Amino acid sequence: MGTSVSLIINGKTVTANIDPRMLLVQFIREHMQLTGTHIGCDTAQCGACTVFVNGNAVKSCSALAVQFEGAQITTIEGIAGANGEMHPMQAAFKECHGLQCGFCTPGMVMSAIDLVKRHGNSLSEQAIREGLDGNICRCTGYHNIVKAVQQGAANMKGV
Amino acid sequence: MYAFEFHRPKSVSEAAALLAKSKGKLIAGGQSLVGAMKLRLASPENLVDLGGVAELRGIKREGNAIVIGAGTRHAEVAASKDVQSSIPALAALAGGIGDRQVRNMGTIGGSLANNDPAADYPAAVLGLGATIRTNKRTIAADDFFKGMYETALAPDELITAVSFPAPKKAAYIKFRNPASRFALVGVFVSQDASGVRVAVTGAGSAGVFRATALEQALAKNFSPDAVKGIKVDTAKLNTDLHATAEYRAHLITVLAGRAVAKASS
Ligand SMILES: Cc1cc2nc3c(=O)[nH]c(=O)nc-3n(C[C@H](O)[C@H](O)[C@H](O)COP(=O)(O)OP(=O)(O)OC[C@H]3O[C@@H](n4cnc5c(N)ncnc54)[C@H](O)[C@@H]3O)c2cc1C
Ligand code: FES
Ligand code: FES
Repeated sequence: MGTSVSLIINGKTVTANIDPRMLLVQFIREHMQLTGTHIGCDTAQCGACTVFVNGNAVKSCSALAVQFEGAQITTIEGIAGANGEMHPMQAAFKECHGLQCGFCTPGMVMSAIDLVKRHGNSLSEQAIREGLDGNICRCTGYHNIVKAVQQGAANMKGV
Repeated sequence: MYAFEFHRPKSVSEAAALLAKSKGKLIAGGQSLVGAMKLRLASPENLVDLGGVAELRGIKREGNAIVIGAGTRHAEVAASKDVQSSIPALAALAGGIGDRQVRNMGTIGGSLANNDPAADYPAAVLGLGATIRTNKRTIAADDFFKGMYETALAPDELITAVSFPAPKKAAYIKFRNPASRFALVGVFVSQDASGVRVAVTGAGSAGVFRATALEQALAKNFSPDAVKGIKVDTAKLNTDLHATAEYRAHLITVLAGRAVAKASS
């Protein structure tokens, strides 16, 4: 039986009648075809599926789309500048080699932006490592991710 | 996940009526329930969503107590100025649950109703002698937790708020399982005019419990030295792939000592 849901994804209002079993991440990837948000574990462990709900980072694999009636959702596709230029955090991941296979990167970038919003532009290594503990990377060993987040945070001043 | 029908009540009374009529299950943050439904450990035919029930959200002061609405997210409790100033141990506990993303969705009502044997909030509720408010009654912390994943709640009863009396001193120390982020052992210690409470999560085979031997020692002398050398009985502690009952017993004493030191600093 279908349930109606209406939410705002990257500024666009979307209304759909869906199976209430549909996870938020399935709605984003399959219904909206926004495949930048990844599914790594499907068990709320890895953070690859992190999106913003009303500005707060959440794991879109561990909640139902119908729970977000009226909410503003921002995905990795929604953070670029008006002309498609990379968000400073994305640019920093590129410059600092903060990714290898890139699978975790959308979630890392979203969590990193959330961290800067809460803790400001000057972040210690410890604050970054603790703040990103909901995101797992199987490639980099985290070292360059920490560097990227530090640089991205500094470059987000005034954004 | 098995199919279900989804309901969106706007008020506590509407939610309670839907729950009673449909024999369904409530969903709050979904951070425990959605995972359980994926595994078919839970298969409700009706889901009653508390997300749209505004009266369940928020934190207020009532005299000497902090009252937290059942739908309040862990991140909101951690960031609340009222909680930080009256019961800093509670704010810190909420800020140590899971990770950022989980704290942005998970609610105090969901955590308490779920009563995971390694969850954090049950330790605060029992360790502070809090009161659970439901749509039908109030339940004292000592009467609420009934063993692993079991509580005193009736099937058609919902938690509306939790009232925490502000203690003189309190602290929570959690020995985190680095993979799950839950407590391998967590100890909540508080002291106020009515005495000392020590609540232990993560260790008991029937879930959260009060460590009475430690309470008695601390009532005489509220210092880390008072608990040194006390052996916690292992009979009712868990042995699993993460730790033995002996290891957990040892941790309880050590963490209780650290919590007392922290509460006194
Ligand atoms: C990766 C991960 C790590 C975690 N780490 C921790 C941790 O370190 N410590 C910890 O304590 N928890 C941890 N959790 C669990 C988390 O705190 C959950 O948010 C919490 O257990 C459930 O809250 P919820 O609001 O998401 O409830 P839901 O999952 O929506 O519901 C849980 C249960 O409570 C019932 N329920 C919900 N609201 C009410 C209500 N108002 N009245 C009556 N019943 C209700 C539901 O019917 C359901 O049975 C973790 C979860 C994840 C996914
Ligand atoms: S896919 Fe959501 S946390 Fe891993
Ligand atoms: S870059 Fe491969 S998982 Fe992080």
